[in-house]
Amino acid sequence: MAILEIKSVTKQFGDNLVVDNISIDIQKGEFFTLLGPSGCGKTTLLRMIAGLVTPDSGQILLDGVDITNLPPEKRPLHTIFQSYALFPHMTVADNIAFPLKMAKWDKSKIDAQVNELLEDVQLSQFKDRYPHEISGGQKQRVAIARSLVDRPKLLLLDEPLSALDARLREHMHMELVKLQEETGVTFVYVTHDQHEALALSSRIAVLNHGTIEQLDKPDIIYSKPKTHFVADFLGKCNLLKAEVLATTGDTVKLRVADSIELSIKDPASSSYHVGQIGWYSLRPEKLKLSSENNFDATNLSVIKSKVNGYYYYGNGTLYELDLGNNTKLQVMAPNHTSDGVKFFVDNSEIYVAFDPEAGNFLDTSSC
Amino acid sequence: MLRLNEKRALSFIPSLYLVCLFLIPTLIMIFIAFREPGDYGGVAPLITHINNSTQLNLTLDSFKFASTSSFIWQLFLRSMAFSIITTIFCLVLGYPLAMMIAKSGKKYRDILLLMVIIPFWSSFLVRVYAWMIILGPDSGVNYLINKIMGVLGFSSVNLLYSSFAVVICLIYINLPFMVLPLYANLQKHDDTLIEASRDLGATRLQSFLKVTLPLSLPGVLAGSALVFIPSIGMFVVPELVGNNCSLMIGNLIKQQFLQTENWPLGSVTSIIMTLAVLGISLFVGVFASRLKGLKYANK
Repeated sequence: MAILEIKSVTKQFGDNLVVDNISIDIQKGEFFTLLGPSGCGKTTLLRMIAGLVTPDSGQILLDGVDITNLPPEKRPLHTIFQSYALFPHMTVADNIAFPLKMAKWDKSKIDAQVNELLEDVQLSQFKDRYPHEISGGQKQRVAIARSLVDRPKLLLLDEPLSALDARLREHMHMELVKLQEETGVTFVYVTHDQHEALALSSRIAVLNHGTIEQLDKPDIIYSKPKTHFVADFLGKCNLLKAEVLATTGDTVKLRVADSIELSIKDPASSSYHVGQIGWYSLRPEKLKLSSENNFDATNLSVIKSKVNGYYYYGNGTLYELDLGNNTKLQVMAPNHTSDGVKFFVDNSEIYVAFDPEAGNFLDTSSC
Repeated sequence: MLRLNEKRALSFIPSLYLVCLFLIPTLIMIFIAFREPGDYGGVAPLITHINNSTQLNLTLDSFKFASTSSFIWQLFLRSMAFSIITTIFCLVLGYPLAMMIAKSGKKYRDILLLMVIIPFWSSFLVRVYAWMIILGPDSGVNYLINKIMGVLGFSSVNLLYSSFAVVICLIYINLPFMVLPLYANLQKHDDTLIEASRDLGATRLQSFLKVTLPLSLPGVLAGSALVFIPSIGMFVVPELVGNNCSLMIGNLIKQQFLQTENWPLGSVTSIIMTLAVLGISLFVGVFASRLKGLKYANK
């Protein structure tokens, strides 16, 4: 059952169409992420759910109730802001008690509930401190406790980890997932960080220019991007100009980089026509490298190329290959030998092999 | 960072200035308070020789007189009342104004702020004279108000030369001193805090009372001090637009020094007023330091 239904929501600021007719159903208990670059409309969409921005048109339903025109204080949901927005003149305990006081709970019930939340986020000994007396990670936990204290139906998180340093952020990833599972509250998470989105979410909506480019589970979004934008925005991706030469069954023959002919497998092949121009997307880590063509016995697609240069990343080495016609191909080779790495040197000939299903043909209309 | 020696060197001239023009005159004034008034104004000689006996003329008479004079107490209490009313009205008028300026767009903010400051470009006296015209017997305001009073069956009133005119002028003169510190405070507020409080279940009014107001208390206190303290010693305004029943303690002090020439009594009155202001400031300061808002608002 969908707990949040966003129906054809549109918002324009001046001439700028920020959210363009977006519809999403979010299921109960989901960790749903809105992912996109800055200015893609993800924060505006979140603020419309929170009631801090009114949509120009469309509807927002929470648990079947139309909340489109409810003021923020009447909505049974809370937001965690990027800056945490803790009240500087209130102690940690007073901050957490704030929603309960506004809801006019009994004093004794407030104290009990606040103490429970303080324990949940392991901040009991800091309850009498003021926000400026605690660390960034602790502030983050106070903000979480304050937003969950009255058990909202929905928790909106607006880039909540962007102010933390890298290590703490990774730690908080795990905590957030654990917290979401324990409380069962539906999370709607906004981020521009693809790693965060992939690691945390049960589903991701990739937004660009106010519209949804793709909405799916993280692994599908990553391995089967539907558009040029999604392929490019999530992780490293080779995007090669491609032309359809022939389609037979689920096999598509492509000409890549104006010179190389490839056979790929694509279940959607019947929808392509000969002569169609598009992009062929290939993730660098799905490619294998060898100095000799010893892939004949396999059913892998093979391209002959030349090494242009490489970057040593520790856990892997990123090679840049030259496919001719000014086209580069990036390959991430794992450094899995126990001793040092033997690199393929510049200008050496090299064979690249990959599963015919590893890449995706993307229509030009998708970019 | 400056080294300690450099800091001391830098503060030498301001310190010298304060010592010469503030500390020493204050000490002289305190000394005069214990002297006897001279027969023809000023102070009597400190030492007199009568019949071979030398007499040191120091006395507490002025203090005794001031503390028992109902006239002085009346002026003193009236000054307090006028200043408190002025401060309250400046706060009530200035808070929404400062809020409006702080929340308006960058484009308009400077213009609005300029409009608050523009009155300072003309002389204080000119502005009070302007009010004399506005409230004067031939003014439209006076005509309109008396017309309404007449319709309602009241006898006509004089707006000018009244306590009303004094308080109106005090409010007008002091309003910018309330608006500026309030604006400086409110303009620093993070709007996300209000969004957060709304999001957490507070209405607009509750958000103001629970978040904006407590965080703006330092501005409220600074503005109130800047309005209250100068108001209490004001003598020009009552002199120009007031009557005999709206004289303030400043008028008395001026009179003691310049007309009656009873310097000791003038000094005593000044000391009482200074101590009263200091006492109130101290009280407010102690009260304020207990307010969490003051401590944490700017962090």
